Amino acid sequence: MDWLNQGVQGILLGGHFALFAVGLALVFGTMRLVNLAHGDLTIVPAYVALLMINAIHFSPFYSIPITMAIMFVVGYLLQRGLLNRVVQSGDVVGVILTFGISIVIQNALLLGFTADNERLKAGTIDSLSIRINENLAIGWLPLIIFLVALVVIIGLQLFLNRTKMGRAFRAVSDDQEAARLMGINTKHIWAMAMGVALVIVAIGGVMRGIRTTFDPSFGSLSLIYAFEAVIIGGMGSGWGTLLGGIILGLSQTLGARAFGPPWSILTGHVVFLIILALRPQGLLAKTVTS
Amino acid sequence: MSLLEIEAANVYYEDFQALYDVSLKVEEGEIFACIGANGAGKSTMLKTVSGVLVPRRGRLLFDGKPIDHMAPYRRVELGISMVPEGRRVFPSLTVHENLLVGAYRGRPGPWTADGVYDLFPLLQPLKKRQASGLSGGEQQALAIGRSLMSNPRLILMDEVSLGLAPVVIKRIYEAFKTLLDSGCTILVVEQDVQHVLTVATHVACFLEGRIALQGTPRDLTNDQITAAYFGV
Repeated sequence: MDWLNQGVQGILLGGHFALFAVGLALVFGTMRLVNLAHGDLTIVPAYVALLMINAIHFSPFYSIPITMAIMFVVGYLLQRGLLNRVVQSGDVVGVILTFGISIVIQNALLLGFTADNERLKAGTIDSLSIRINENLAIGWLPLIIFLVALVVIIGLQLFLNRTKMGRAFRAVSDDQEAARLMGINTKHIWAMAMGVALVIVAIGGVMRGIRTTFDPSFGSLSLIYAFEAVIIGGMGSGWGTLLGGIILGLSQTLGARAFGPPWSILTGHVVFLIILALRPQGLLAKTVTS
Repeated sequence: MSLLEIEAANVYYEDFQALYDVSLKVEEGEIFACIGANGAGKSTMLKTVSGVLVPRRGRLLFDGKPIDHMAPYRRVELGISMVPEGRRVFPSLTVHENLLVGAYRGRPGPWTADGVYDLFPLLQPLKKRQASGLSGGEQQALAIGRSLMSNPRLILMDEVSLGLAPVVIKRIYEAFKTLLDSGCTILVVEQDVQHVLTVATHVACFLEGRIALQGTPRDLTNDQITAAYFGV
């Protein structure tokens, strides 16, 4: 039963990883930009929410919509003002620039908030759980986060497949010059993509702030988990990203159960490396070449 | 007033000059054909009109207004649409989605997806198929249809017959008449001289970045065209 419990926790944790990974995948998909600042951008919303909660004492859940709006604007302007300049300059320039942005964000957070652990206090919900039997309990918060991840992924798929803007995202992803010739302003689309990615990050970031403590150094680990989830699942598929997150989450919790808690993260990395070696295109890859 | 006027355009790829003082006028309702050998500058000229390239010197006027520094998507809004070389359909999108992307700017006009399916009935059963799985001819029909969805006043076609079977090429040239009837003006670039000369109302022959010869097909003899084509 203990294994079952760890398995369920792993799946729920996977939803959490997927919530951070879809934004990374969306940005890479639409503009082939490897955003090394993505991890640090996942902590920013938690601090934005912290500021709001300190100023007006309300539940962190209420801060989510406002944080989403703020992160959208941040993403749009960051892309339009800065990152658009490097989208067509090749992979390396984008990596160097976003690496720089990552360092700037981390140090700005250290200056503004110190290296102390912070937590968004949501009252009793952090500890409430559904007890199935004596060995298995599902926390409300991890469950909510998992369900939110599901809704986000379904919503993103619908957006990409059913809306005019979503079609434009996919057209730009396929062939940006042809998209431009069809009347699409690629600079605007890239900025929208970054905006949407950070909206999703805002949801995940605040949720994590409620679930665990965080500090400005959290970004790099978030980035690695997001990368691993995307690569395990395969590019271009929202469900793949969710699957990737779940496999990573399961590896960590089951690894902890099998070899002891210190082995949790390492087991996740090893499973990732095995999948990368055996199936480098990812489990549910959906890439199309002309 | 001409629909499109290029005045002494000089276009470069970095340090390499591809067009030297190219001037031409395309009138409304024409099929204007640009012919010439590989590397003569025809495609460069089309890319300059669509806005992918910007002339270092010279001017572009569309409907009398300068468009030199307009982004490509703004030119689509004005009614300039391009069928790019190599078709460049969006491979992961379905045929129907490709057409919808063509209508992204929402320019009003006669063309709808149904109109395109009427023009190219071969696309109708492929509606839900991914464009990556289409044959070259089907992709070319789709690329033209996608372009029409923006209801262009001027449609630019880059090497539409390249790599296609003769029967498909014939079908595509037959469609030109419907395009003209819908109010389009056609600016077409071709290496395959024979076909295009049967439909063109005006011909410009490109040679090493310059226009070597211009006129109506009737006024030009085969010898003149051959001389201008090969530069002998």
